[in-house]
Amino acid sequence: MVEMEKQVLTPVNENKPQRATNFKWRNIFRGDNRALWTILALIIILLVDRMVSPTFFTVRMVNGRLTGSLINTLDGAAPIMLLSIGMTLVIATKGVDLSVGAVMAICAAVSAVLINRHEAGSDNILYYPGFVIAIAILVGALCGLWNGILVALFDIQPIIATLILMVAGRGIAQMITDGQSPTYTDETLAYMGQGTIFGMPFPVYVAAIALVVVYLLVRRTALGLLIESVGINAKASHYTGVNATVIKLFVYIISGICAAIAGLIVAGENTYADPHTAGLWSELDAIVAVVIGGTLLSGGRFSLVLSALGALIIQSLRIGLYISDLHPNANLVVKAIVILLVLLLQSKEFKQAVGRLFKPVLKLRAVFK
Amino acid sequence: MKLVKFCLLLALMVTFVGAVNVKAQDGGEGLTIGFSQIGSESAWRTSFTDAVKAEAEARGINLLFSDAQQQQENQIAAMRAWIAQGDVDAIILAPVVESGWDDVLQEAQDAGIPVVIVDRNVDSDPSLYVTRVSSDFVHEGRLAAAWLVQATSGQCNIVELQGTVGSAAANDRMTGFNEVIALFPGMQIIASETGDFVRAQGKQVMESFLSSEDPANICAVWAHNDDMAIGAIEAIKEAGLVPGTDILVVSVDAIPDIFDSLDAGEANATVELSPFMGGPAFDAVVATLNGEELPKWIPVAGKLYTNRADYDADHQ
Repeated sequence: MVEMEKQVLTPVNENKPQRATNFKWRNIFRGDNRALWTILALIIILLVDRMVSPTFFTVRMVNGRLTGSLINTLDGAAPIMLLSIGMTLVIATKGVDLSVGAVMAICAAVSAVLINRHEAGSDNILYYPGFVIAIAILVGALCGLWNGILVALFDIQPIIATLILMVAGRGIAQMITDGQSPTYTDETLAYMGQGTIFGMPFPVYVAAIALVVVYLLVRRTALGLLIESVGINAKASHYTGVNATVIKLFVYIISGICAAIAGLIVAGENTYADPHTAGLWSELDAIVAVVIGGTLLSGGRFSLVLSALGALIIQSLRIGLYISDLHPNANLVVKAIVILLVLLLQSKEFKQAVGRLFKPVLKLRAVFK
Repeated sequence: MKLVKFCLLLALMVTFVGAVNVKAQDGGEGLTIGFSQIGSESAWRTSFTDAVKAEAEARGINLLFSDAQQQQENQIAAMRAWIAQGDVDAIILAPVVESGWDDVLQEAQDAGIPVVIVDRNVDSDPSLYVTRVSSDFVHEGRLAAAWLVQATSGQCNIVELQGTVGSAAANDRMTGFNEVIALFPGMQIIASETGDFVRAQGKQVMESFLSSEDPANICAVWAHNDDMAIGAIEAIKEAGLVPGTDILVVSVDAIPDIFDSLDAGEANATVELSPFMGGPAFDAVVATLNGEELPKWIPVAGKLYTNRADYDADHQ
């Protein structure tokens, strides 16, 4: 009852930046319950995975490394999670970054080519593993800056502005590697994808740290609020003194950096950079993760934690398909249906429609009583 | 008078045929051939292009090379230009997609320029082109299976990493492999999933198999290409097993990287996806210019290799 009064007093206003969806455990069972449905979807998918493979939750320690489907899910979700962190901020400003997959390929290519020079015996300090990682991340930031300039300064539609780098990026990556797919043996770079701390794969830590850092950056400062206000009404926020240009540049740069780290992880997993396939289609995974997490493509309020859960949903779905006996032909259809179901679970309209559908039945029962 | 006319005609024909014979002798020296390539999207594609160019140079063929950068329009434009200029004796086409070639193939036929298809297929009427030179994917699958049967004496639980769903390479390699293992009741595929021909995906799928199946129960991994096999090798290592020993690894392509694994004992066998299709294609051009009838498909069958030395010995 108290809840309802509150709702009446402070009606939910879509056009007002608010922190209601900002994930808090105590909010799960009241108010906006988007978080509840995202978590529920993840739990259901994990349980289905468990039904498909009885050993899904079994985790064993092999050679100091935790193995098991659950660990595979976390490990594989890490790059998507990283991308979805940057993507959430971009989408919150009413933008979208289609180039993240290509940026992954570029940064993977840069790291492989530079480290190859180190392995070939070059003494240049820039080719040392630490610097190679730094340079790759810098390149990712520059790619993000490029997108940001097109969107923020030249006011090009984000979907087109980032499409340019999405298409050109793989070409750039191929030019960097001279059309080859270089392999390397450096242990530091391999650690990015294969390393473990206390048995847990290193990429999981990277994604978790990135999540915490970005979360603190946007939620412990006014930055998150400014990002949301730019996404909801750029003009209004401009008149209230928000520098939308800087905010947009910032979110695209963050997205570029996240893509660069994801690229380093994917390359490190196989100690190999393939400009053709590294990060291919992962921009779509990231966008879906953000949408499943409840952030609207029309910008505004966002939740980093729920986007990360969205990434986990996508990966646990993928792993489930891998271990199922389903014919691979059916993979894409099943994936599409499950994602649709997850989105329907979150749709208020859909749940109301289902409710209406059952109304006649209830009425009929009342008649026969 | 009629006789004279007939004699003249006969003489003309003889000269004509003679000219053709002179033109298309041996390996095709002096011929000008247009080669429309898909692009350079993979290392294999690049080595295929290089092999065709090298073969043309060795034969003294003047090769006009056109890189279509994955666009069918570019391929059609290049072919139309060659047809219009009339300076090519034949066209070799590596089509990017299967459909939409009828018009341009008809134009080439009308202009009397024979077209040889290489690598991927076209769905046009076979009368519109001379022949198709391509790898025999079914053969590759059979060869890989035959090796595995022999290595395990016909007793093996196999996990399969399929290529891109619906691709001819994946479908046909699967067909060939399954045909052979069907002869041995002890050989069975216990898990199968697509890795999209990509190394990272091959690793992810193999990781899943190693978690969902009992690793001790997996005797071999059969990957539709080397990249996925290399990814699987990483996954096997991370699971604390020895690839090539605990779990056998057999795949197709013979890319340079797989030989590092073969020589380290981490992979066991690979079947070559021959990039050397230039030779048979040029032979087909010469044969058709000489008026010979050719079968509509000339398969190029790769060999199976278990180490780098054998491969190098074959490709000096």
